[in-house]
Amino acid sequence: MNIPEELKYTKSHEWVKEEDGFYVVGLTDYAQEELSDLVFVNLPEVGDEVEAGETFADVESVKAASDVYSPVTGTVAEINEELLDAPEKINEDPYGAWLIKVENVSDTVELMDCAEYEKLLEEEE
Amino acid sequence: MERKTPLYEEHVRLGGKIVPFAGWLLPVQYSGVIAEHMAVREKCGLFDVSHMGEILLKGPNAKENLNHLLTNDYTEMAPGAARYSPMCNENGGCVDDLIVYKKAEDDYFIVVNAANKDKDFAWMKEHLLPGSELTDASDDFAQIALQGPKAEEILKKLASEEDIPEGYYTAKFDRNVQGMNCIVSRTGYTGEDGFEIYLSPADAPKMWNLLLDAGKEEGLIPCGLGARDTLRLEASMPLYGHEMNDEISPRETGLGIFVKMKKEDFIGKAALVERGKPTVKRVGLKVTGRGILREHQSVLLDGKEIGHTTSGTFCPYLNQPVAMAILPKEYAEIGQALEVDVRGRKVPVEVIPLPFYKRK
Repeated sequence: MNIPEELKYTKSHEWVKEEDGFYVVGLTDYAQEELSDLVFVNLPEVGDEVEAGETFADVESVKAASDVYSPVTGTVAEINEELLDAPEKINEDPYGAWLIKVENVSDTVELMDCAEYEKLLEEEE
Repeated sequence: MERKTPLYEEHVRLGGKIVPFAGWLLPVQYSGVIAEHMAVREKCGLFDVSHMGEILLKGPNAKENLNHLLTNDYTEMAPGAARYSPMCNENGGCVDDLIVYKKAEDDYFIVVNAANKDKDFAWMKEHLLPGSELTDASDDFAQIALQGPKAEEILKKLASEEDIPEGYYTAKFDRNVQGMNCIVSRTGYTGEDGFEIYLSPADAPKMWNLLLDAGKEEGLIPCGLGARDTLRLEASMPLYGHEMNDEISPRETGLGIFVKMKKEDFIGKAALVERGKPTVKRVGLKVTGRGILREHQSVLLDGKEIGHTTSGTFCPYLNQPVAMAILPKEYAEIGQALEVDVRGRKVPVEVIPLPFYKRK
């Protein structure tokens, strides 16, 4: 299981990275593997407000739909439009295939570092 | 508590992701639903379907019983033939759907859905005309499905020509394949050519591994319940609990050709006559907007609910999201534009013909 050291993680298996004043959000390797072959992604629009701990997107595999929860409260600055036509990129490269970039961040959920996240995964196994 | 099939250890060893299903622990996938789905369409896939129920019907009036219990007509049937039928309740709804094999005159082998097995057996027993004997033989059989265009080529490596049924929906009984006693049936639930092999649970792991080895060159891979569902849905085959249930009649869900209304009598006939010509119909829906359709979602016309989806998914081979739905006939015309409520989002869809996929 790939868990990059430089990222922060949520209990609901999103990753977050601070970059150029944005919070970049994606799904972890564990999440993509659990979800299996993704065939659909629904993202918010630029300018939408997202709230820490609330759902902001949904992803669907051949089997089922799943919600994605925002690690932060803020405004959507950018969405990864490429995923709309190629959701499988999340399976192929979960840490490259970010979902949204958030600005004006005022709050975050409790975030874990890679060691803590690894421990959480061990407990979930 | 879920039961393990005789192949449980093989699934674990092969990295299958195990889930509970209809009282059994079965793999939902191994390498991934899409890869497994495509293997069955283009090469071959191997499924453990040991959870299915097997019921034996024997007796001088066995045929009469089949015609009484089931909507299809079993009067003319050659030994070795298999015939599908819905089984109706007294209101014309479906108790289940099943396949009957004729072993010999007065001797039939019936395969039913795992989730309904106990209900079916009790129902049949209760309504059986005296003179036939009904046995639940589910514990005596494992079942392995070898499905895909390469299935025959693979099976030929293990079985001799006379053990392999030629016609679709026929079977060979009491065959000795690699020292194992088998029923070899040319049937399946994927929309492809293929075989379903019934054998003793004790022999199942050996047969499973022999088949996997034999099919290596042809690209045979083990497949789970996930691909079984996407394959049957892409081939537009009905599934009990989705396209049919206690209330929906077979005639309302596209199974009218398996309901022989001209037959003298059968359980449910009076109710079906009473219900008259169906006013609803099972249709295919294709997404013209963006989204994946699932079961039990509202189908809307001008914002008003006119029916609901019965199954939906993303079809890997057709590479598009589709659903089946039961709709009033007036809105069931090909090309009819509708919407489906996908968790609060209205997704545009269009009625398209069934089946979504048919092998060439």
